[in-house]
Amino acid sequence: MSRLGTITRRTLLVGAVAVAGGAAFGIYQLRKPVVNPLRPEDGATLNPYLIIDQQGITIIAPRAEMGQGVHTTLAALVAEELDADWEQLRVLHGPPAAAYYNAALAHGALPVPDYAMKDWQRSVTAGIGAATKLLGLQVTGGSTSTVDAFERMRLAGASAREALKAVAAERLGVEAGVLRTEAGRVIAPDGREIDYRDLAEAAASVSVPQAELRHPNDWKLLGRSLPRTDMRAKVTGQAQYSTDIVLPGMKFATVRICPYLGGGMAGFDASPALAVPGVEQVLDLGDGIAVVASNTWAAMQGAEAAVIDWTPSPLPATPDAMVAQIARAFEEKPNSTMRDQGRPDEQSAGIEVEYRVPFLAHSTMEPMGATAHLQDGHLTLWVGNQAPREHVKVAADAAGIEAENVTLHTPFLGGGFGRRVETDITRQAARIAALMPGVPIRLTWSREEDMRHDFYRPAAIARMRGAVEDGRATLLDAKIAAPSVTRAAIGRLTGRNLGGPDKGHVEGAFDQPYAIPHYRVAGHLADLDVPIGFWRAVGNSFNGFFHDCFIDELAHAAGADPLQFRLDHVAPESPVAAGVLEAVRDLSGWGAPVPDGTGRGVAMVWSFGTPTAVVIDLTRDGAGPIRIARAFMACDPGLVLDPAIVRAQMESGLIYGLSAAMSGEITFTDGRADQGNFPDYDALRMFNAPRVEVAIVQDNPHMGGVGEPGTPPAMAALANALFALTGMRVRSLPLSRHAEFLI
Amino acid sequence: MSVALNVNGTRYIVGASPETPLLWVLRDELGLTGTKFGCGVASCGACTVHVDGQAVRSCQVPVGDVWGGVTTIEAEGDARLSALQAAWTEHQVAQCGYCQSGQILQAADLLAGNPAPSDDEIDTAMGGNLCRCGTYSVIRAAIHDAAGRLREGGAG
Repeated sequence: MSRLGTITRRTLLVGAVAVAGGAAFGIYQLRKPVVNPLRPEDGATLNPYLIIDQQGITIIAPRAEMGQGVHTTLAALVAEELDADWEQLRVLHGPPAAAYYNAALAHGALPVPDYAMKDWQRSVTAGIGAATKLLGLQVTGGSTSTVDAFERMRLAGASAREALKAVAAERLGVEAGVLRTEAGRVIAPDGREIDYRDLAEAAASVSVPQAELRHPNDWKLLGRSLPRTDMRAKVTGQAQYSTDIVLPGMKFATVRICPYLGGGMAGFDASPALAVPGVEQVLDLGDGIAVVASNTWAAMQGAEAAVIDWTPSPLPATPDAMVAQIARAFEEKPNSTMRDQGRPDEQSAGIEVEYRVPFLAHSTMEPMGATAHLQDGHLTLWVGNQAPREHVKVAADAAGIEAENVTLHTPFLGGGFGRRVETDITRQAARIAALMPGVPIRLTWSREEDMRHDFYRPAAIARMRGAVEDGRATLLDAKIAAPSVTRAAIGRLTGRNLGGPDKGHVEGAFDQPYAIPHYRVAGHLADLDVPIGFWRAVGNSFNGFFHDCFIDELAHAAGADPLQFRLDHVAPESPVAAGVLEAVRDLSGWGAPVPDGTGRGVAMVWSFGTPTAVVIDLTRDGAGPIRIARAFMACDPGLVLDPAIVRAQMESGLIYGLSAAMSGEITFTDGRADQGNFPDYDALRMFNAPRVEVAIVQDNPHMGGVGEPGTPPAMAALANALFALTGMRVRSLPLSRHAEFLI
Repeated sequence: MSVALNVNGTRYIVGASPETPLLWVLRDELGLTGTKFGCGVASCGACTVHVDGQAVRSCQVPVGDVWGGVTTIEAEGDARLSALQAAWTEHQVAQCGYCQSGQILQAADLLAGNPAPSDDEIDTAMGGNLCRCGTYSVIRAAIHDAAGRLREGGAG
């Protein structure tokens, strides 16, 4: 426990957010009620999550809807307590505002594994979470949205309900206590009823004592698979994304930025671009150009036609030189040793191996885009984003105006996966709009621009030492080298230079629930300035692969069944994690003989509060390509609010992880990504994606995330299944470099 | 140089040059933004629409070469599209939703020629449509479901 003292005295570098000196914030500021940012033109707002007007009830779900179903689940939190009619609700993202801070970002603040957190440690992180209120970080990420909103948004619904009842009680001349609420109405014992719409305005100024939250046994919406609020719009083409906004007089733009990362632009000849029919203007953005035209295609043709003199990238010239630069980090002393048990240096290692993973692109289905309009000194922006308040600041800076003169709308995101935390698209759109005041601009990146200007998942190397004795693991000693996502991405987001131990760098390796007597995980930060950022599951996406595949190697060395070997080492540390291994064992029928030509692998990774186990079956017909035939998943995120959404997220995370592990790889030559479009950087498609079954366990006493935890174990299970099928232990991704998969 | 175009039963005269891909005429000139840009090289299927009842990648079809009526996700009164949209809703298919217009149009093309496709036939027909959210299993289920509805309704 004495470690806590040393931790709070230095800057704590955490997986999701950096909080410097949280204790310096006054208690008064923390307790001060948040300012309600809603200013409805009609109707009334009862709190930051609720507007009621004559059209009905609108719930503000202030997190980016990027496919994960968060608008549905957040709206259900308010609706559950409010007694609103689910079919009649409207759900909006709402404005950027400090009121919508994400306190759960701090859940990973302490350098201890989630599975082993003591109650006092959880309350300390809650305290740090409260400090995020002052930072006002309105971030969608880290699989935190539901955890963060679980209490706050139910309380908002409950207090609004009580305020509505208080007004109704006065009008009906009865005690509020005898009233009940249902489907957007207050109902008296004698059957008289008043619609919320007729009470809202008066209720907005009523102050009521905080209501008790309902017991889960009484829930009507939560705990059930609800119809998603965004579904109808998304199957009829009505859902609006960043570039679907139609404004009169709109022009269409694209950009071409220096592809040699870290390089710039020495000069350009715009005339070939201007010669393309439809091209109207070529703008100098400093490190590249924007082309504005009468349609997007003309803009893209123009951008390609322009002759640009790029300056070179400072990055190592070849993919091999990049890897060598990362490996150099092993020569420096580690940035962190977050797990350090026993005496690993005194153990002789039976296995000593190196693992490698490549850079990865997000490749969201929707390439980066935005709509922007600067009119009379006021900038209005529509941009799918995961951090609206930061995007507003960047937009204001780029347009040369004050932040209060920026209105930012967050439409649907055509995939996020961490990419849309980044503000580069917003900076460009605001800059172009500022150069063309009065003209609405729709900015669309080409797929090539998107893939070559990503904030990539970093490449990483792990050096592993291990030993087994009498069927048990006795040593697991891991050193992990990669450039630091935490420093890069949180540095960009908060403008702070972060020091201290980097938990995100080793998450997925140091925090796994295994009982191994000599057990050490050290993180080495590589000095390689490739733009890197949050990619689904972040550090877990590579560490989960390293750690779990090495566990698989230890199991094989011990001559043990891989699943039983994991269970034997996990059960003493975490019954919850053992539970998901048992669940996936039962779901997959593990242990039964597998037919010829089938290889079965298992993996388990605990990330974002949710242990998740995966079994993959690979099949091969003779000398044909390998098919990822089946996947079985079991997860335990604790209390589940919407089972269908949890299942969908697990399957989605799995497919994302399998796609990357099978064929995902970004390499750089002269600092330019060699891959530019789907033919070079593909993903699983319907014919090569597995049939998936998911088991949801709810024994975890703490609620975990679901958007990311499916990704890390999918990658490891695929490699482990390849070993089972072929006897070939592949320690570097993508696997398609080593084996022929069905593509 | 103007081009005449029939989209979802409405006739348009468009100003874009004839070599402009249909995708950008739909999105930028006609404001029909339900059709999405994903790759520009016919590798993802997000821009799929029908021309004369046949699924095409609208990023590859110059507007001047369009040989028949265009159907997009915004079309109303198309029994096959309606059945697919209902099945998509029932199976809660969409996650981010960006690829789904293309998926639905591609599935409609499949069902037009094959009212009772097998899993393998669905997988083959849908192979050109990427979904980065990985909704493939529910897409497959929804296609079977829509096919069943259409067979019962006699509209297949």
